[in-house]
Amino acid sequence: MKLLYFAWLKQRIGVAEETVAPPAEVRTVAALVDWLRARGPGYAQAFADLSTIRVAVNQEFARLDAAIGPDDEVALFPPVTGG
Amino acid sequence: MIRVQQEDFDVGAEMARLTAGRTGIGGVACFVGLVRDVAGGDAVAAMTLEHYPGMTEKALARIVAEAEARWPLDGVVVVHRYGRLLPGDRIVLVATASGHREAAFESCAFLMDWLKTKAPFWKREETPAGERWVAARAEDDAAAARWKAGES
Repeated sequence: MKLLYFAWLKQRIGVAEETVAPPAEVRTVAALVDWLRARGPGYAQAFADLSTIRVAVNQEFARLDAAIGPDDEVALFPPVTGG
Repeated sequence: MIRVQQEDFDVGAEMARLTAGRTGIGGVACFVGLVRDVAGGDAVAAMTLEHYPGMTEKALARIVAEAEARWPLDGVVVVHRYGRLLPGDRIVLVATASGHREAAFESCAFLMDWLKTKAPFWKREETPAGERWVAARAEDDAAAARWKAGES
């Protein structure tokens, strides 16, 4: 599974992207975030407040309860601020 | 026409390209977003825009398709820059061409409102107090939501 982070999430986690292989029971974005939190203090800090997190699965906006699998590209980022 | 680029754009050239050879166009509405030198009372020395290559283009294409479904448009241009920009620099261009002004004005406002809340860009400001990420504004969500009626 390919993960991408943007804006302050990327800074807190310390990488822009990574490939991970979470256990099979990680079937939703929310479960993935829970699993990521245990990977280190940067992750725990980045995901401390889920209300500030937005998600895209395969480059489409998605919800935290969206289903994900090993072949998906999952991006985690704060609310967008373009324009 | 949608472009995501680091380099500046020429508003006149984009408008000329949009209308060239299409004499059925009765008007073009154009919005150009600029980097302000102040935000929240603090001086802004520079702004850096980050985006999600791949998703950005798809999101913009979807927003433009939505505008084309809602208004009779003869052409749309969206150019959005990324990278480090200075106060006064152009950030974004949205131009819409139509037979009549209402469709051009309304679709231009719609595109900007949706772009601000549905395209994956993030702004970071350099201020005297240090760097900070720009927070999403509730006003922008409200502006996007006013177009919800009739959303396909």
